[in-house]
Amino acid sequence: MTVLDLFPPEAPAEFVPEPAIRPAVVELRQVARVFPGDPPVHALRPSNLVVADGDYLSIVGPSGSGKSTLLNLLGLLDRPTSGEYLLDGVPTGQASEAQRSALRGGRIGFVFQQFHLLPHRSVLENVLLATTYSGVPRKERRQRALAALDRVHLSHRLHFLPTLLSGGERQRVAIARAVVTAPQVLLADEPTGNLDTTTSDGVMDLFDELHRDGLTLIVITHDLSVSGRAERRVRITDGNLSEID
Amino acid sequence: MAKINVRLGSRGDQFRARDLFREAAAGIDARPGRLFLTILGTVLGIASVVVTVGLAQTASGQIARQFDAVAVTQAMAEPGTTRSGWGPAQPVAAIPWDSDIRAGRIAGVEAAGLFASVSLQGEVITALPVNDPSQPMPASPPLFAASAGLLDAVRGYTTAGRFFDAGHDARADRVVVLGARAAERLGVSRVERQPSIFIGDRSYTVIGIIDGMQRRTDLIDGVIVPMGTARANFGLQAPEQVHMRIAVGAGPVIAEQVPIALLPNAPDNVRVQVPVLGSTMRDNIQADINVIFLALGAVALLVGGLGIANVTLLSVMERVGEIGLRRALGARRRDIGAQFMLESVAVGLLGGLIGAALGVAVVVVASAAQAWTPILDTVVVLASALGGGVIGLVAGVYPALKAASVEPITALRGGL
Repeated sequence: MTVLDLFPPEAPAEFVPEPAIRPAVVELRQVARVFPGDPPVHALRPSNLVVADGDYLSIVGPSGSGKSTLLNLLGLLDRPTSGEYLLDGVPTGQASEAQRSALRGGRIGFVFQQFHLLPHRSVLENVLLATTYSGVPRKERRQRALAALDRVHLSHRLHFLPTLLSGGERQRVAIARAVVTAPQVLLADEPTGNLDTTTSDGVMDLFDELHRDGLTLIVITHDLSVSGRAERRVRITDGNLSEID
Repeated sequence: MAKINVRLGSRGDQFRARDLFREAAAGIDARPGRLFLTILGTVLGIASVVVTVGLAQTASGQIARQFDAVAVTQAMAEPGTTRSGWGPAQPVAAIPWDSDIRAGRIAGVEAAGLFASVSLQGEVITALPVNDPSQPMPASPPLFAASAGLLDAVRGYTTAGRFFDAGHDARADRVVVLGARAAERLGVSRVERQPSIFIGDRSYTVIGIIDGMQRRTDLIDGVIVPMGTARANFGLQAPEQVHMRIAVGAGPVIAEQVPIALLPNAPDNVRVQVPVLGSTMRDNIQADINVIFLALGAVALLVGGLGIANVTLLSVMERVGEIGLRRALGARRRDIGAQFMLESVAVGLLGGLIGAALGVAVVVVASAAQAWTPILDTVVVLASALGGGVIGLVAGVYPALKAASVEPITALRGGL
């Protein structure tokens, strides 16, 4: 099976009781990504995917299976070759680069394997950085950053430079930065890839907490123990999506 | 796509000038050592421009000061002359007897006086009219006529007695004032006893001896009678020249207005000599030196600009990860471009400010060493400082475009 309809047209009613009020956070309709070449590389074959508000989804697959392509598409860092991607009900296919930037800033939180913290800025400043691009009212920024850092249990590290923190702490700073803008969905790309087992567990516990608080999570990983924590699991193999029951 | 804007709401608090300045400042602040090397070229370039201009202005200020007493504040008007056929030039018009008063009313004229040379018609000026046929005829000092204001207008002063006044002039009194050397020749050194000299066989009372008059040194050798006396006794037809002492910089105005004041019906017939403007003189003297130093400054600025461009470009390459992150956090291309642009401008401006300050310091120290008064146009200093910013602006264009074109996917693959 090359294409798997995870949610056939009549299905959403079961998962989302009031679709008119609350659209799916992420909806892929026959989205595909082909990299030109000879022969062309089908990084993602036409796929459908619906992630409802409050879902905790993991995407697993071996390296080279198209995980990164999928993450880039979901994060609006890349445009699909065909199909339509609705983020929070907003079609993104025809959106301008500036509009996509605004969507990224306002509705998506990123957590990367490499943390991507600015080395010369304090923990608090790193978290504040996300608020400057996303339209958080200036008066609320500091307060929200402090709240986000409190949520990841790093209130005692506000003025440390990231270089002085452990890997687990750095990733928690990155998570605080991702959630400070109150995004609709948090995209995590191998969030534990650079962490040992113990700190991995700490980060995953944090994800569980965030999920309990109602955040929609999409975690991309090749680590089965990480993907096992998610409610729903999707496997990607050679550009094909399939749900694991 | 209006929906997006509505949903996101407060555009007012999105990435704007304040955030931009903060981010740019943090970017510059991150590597102070590199900042120093980056701005060095601009600092030297701006400093050399300021020093060049400053020293040029200071030096020409010195030159202008030397000329102040004579050239810059002296002006003279006389009737235009024409050459008809052969023979000496003839004046084409006569200027009125009250020319000194007319000229004196013009703004910028501080003193005005009439001057004319008087023909002796074969008579001789002597201390005593001794007719000794055995002696050769002594050479006579020249005779001049002047109005009361002339002495002041040509910067003369009396060494003894007084100069005549309007009263002597009006009454055509038989009084004379002697130039210092003429007085020596005639053997007159004191005027308390009211000595007399003879023009032909008529005696004239000497009321004063004058000296100075750097612009009309011939007066020192001459004997001067009031205008009225020259008219009455020697048949003087008209004054020849109006001498004026003028305010610095009044030259162009006077050149325009004096002819109209003197001969309203034929102003073209009045020729006016006014001082060359200070700036013109300055330009002529300093032009060649300036060209060399400004060329050096331009080269330094070019190098400085390239330095900024280079380091900013390097910093873009280094911070590709950061750029990718910012894009992922919602920064638009223009936000990224503006940030690097602003960093470059700020670095250039900083270099400009330091360079201008350094340049001013060098001008002051160099002037102090020469015991000169440092003269430096504030506009030049401020413009130089801003010039640093402009260099940063130009230098930042390419790196900023480069930064804005970074693809977030590529960027995020590398670390920070």
